[in-house]
Amino acid sequence: MRHLLSTRELSREQAIELLDIAEDMAAVQEREVKKLPTLRGKTVVNLFFEDSTRTRISFEAAAKRLSADVINFSAKGSSVSKGESLKDTAQTLQAMGADGVVIRHHASGAPYTLATSGWIDAGVVNAGDGTHEHPTQALLDAFTMRRRLHGAASRGRALDGVHVVIVGDVLHSRVARSNVWLLATLGAEVELVAPPTLVPVDTTTWPARVGYDLDAALSGTPDVVMMLRIQAERMHAAFFPNSREYARTWGLDDARFDALPPSTMVMHPGPMNRGLEIAARAADSPQSTVREQVANGVSVRMAALYLLMSGERGDA
Amino acid sequence: MARAVLSQADISRALTRISHEILESNRGSSDLVILGIPTRGVILARRIAETIARIEPDAAPPPAGALDVTMYRDDLTRTRTRTPQPTELPAGGIDGKTVVLVDDVLFSGRTIRAAFDALNDLGRARAVRLAVLVDRGHREFPIRADFVGKNLPSSTRERINVRLAEIDGDDAVAIDDTVAAEGGEA
Repeated sequence: MRHLLSTRELSREQAIELLDIAEDMAAVQEREVKKLPTLRGKTVVNLFFEDSTRTRISFEAAAKRLSADVINFSAKGSSVSKGESLKDTAQTLQAMGADGVVIRHHASGAPYTLATSGWIDAGVVNAGDGTHEHPTQALLDAFTMRRRLHGAASRGRALDGVHVVIVGDVLHSRVARSNVWLLATLGAEVELVAPPTLVPVDTTTWPARVGYDLDAALSGTPDVVMMLRIQAERMHAAFFPNSREYARTWGLDDARFDALPPSTMVMHPGPMNRGLEIAARAADSPQSTVREQVANGVSVRMAALYLLMSGERGDA
Repeated sequence: MARAVLSQADISRALTRISHEILESNRGSSDLVILGIPTRGVILARRIAETIARIEPDAAPPPAGALDVTMYRDDLTRTRTRTPQPTELPAGGIDGKTVVLVDDVLFSGRTIRAAFDALNDLGRARAVRLAVLVDRGHREFPIRADFVGKNLPSSTRERINVRLAEIDGDDAVAIDDTVAAEGGEA
């Protein structure tokens, strides 16, 4: 693998291979010595044009556990705020000898531009671009589902027939987009539930069903309910009347949570708006995978960095 | 063109002899951990542990496991990306134990060098021994095996092809006269 830009371009075999490698990386996290020498002498640059704490430290932990050197670059207080272009920033990183670049950018497609422009030789990982994709989040979600469902026998398996309901702000969510493509590739049935104002204009090409009624979706006893964060920072219009109405109609409140079978996983990519899209009881229950998702994120990102930065340079 | 070198009976006899030699040098089966290097080393390790358990029915059978060395290799940026395999350590770990590493073919010795690094991150073994089914020569490191099934002087142009029933359907070792750039020991 040369870059990891979107889950849409991942084949089923590639996705399963990455998840299997993540299993090995998870085993390393349980040892006393949590470090591998694999990427010794390589440099990973975390290039963050948008605020993020958890994704950045997750990538940082992943790179450090593989013995890579990590340089953190955030747009705030850097030359970007002085008007430097992506091209000039990329060429600076190239000159510094970056082997891998983890990029988060507010513009959809920025990682693709960075990867295909020829400005830089490094492998590029998309850590979230605009409202487009966030592939490592989807991979860690799939990894978490697979582990909950199959435990130690997860290796080599996909998610065939697993019924996943994704609820919330699909319009702005790169997590939802990445999950739709990846979960469909892995054989899961994906159902999106959102207020009509928070569904993209045309979803006919998406391998997912779209509905507007959360109670109807939950009555189908899904295996997984994934609540998306209401992204206030991206909402520049009134998409729903007020947050109380949203919580009542599309939030996983106590009553809806109690009606779910105890086998249903409750997922959230974080950070959570407790009381808005998810009630505290659901978030803190044993059915919630929120903390596992964080731990698994490091394993999945280690697998991604390994696949990108090992192997002969120049192969696809 | 493939030339058969070891038959199923030869492999079985070699593993039985290696098992006896391990027991002899360790003076019994106590504190032994048999770790195979994926893929075929793991199967050989399991067979050796079973044989030792058969030879010494009164002692506790030695635990067998797997030690993946992929992430410790020195050629990760020289060849295509390798997929790591699971490492499975016995419950007691390796601290204070005599670890017998098992691999199918000993060639450059680079795999074993990586295995030392991998072992080092898992604990402190009391001693580390090496058992291989085939030693084909061409060492690039000062490493030798303690227990050898068969010494097979070979040309670097040849490829040693080890087949084991659990993976390949039958037991056999053959030499393929191809020009595989880096054959044998994976």
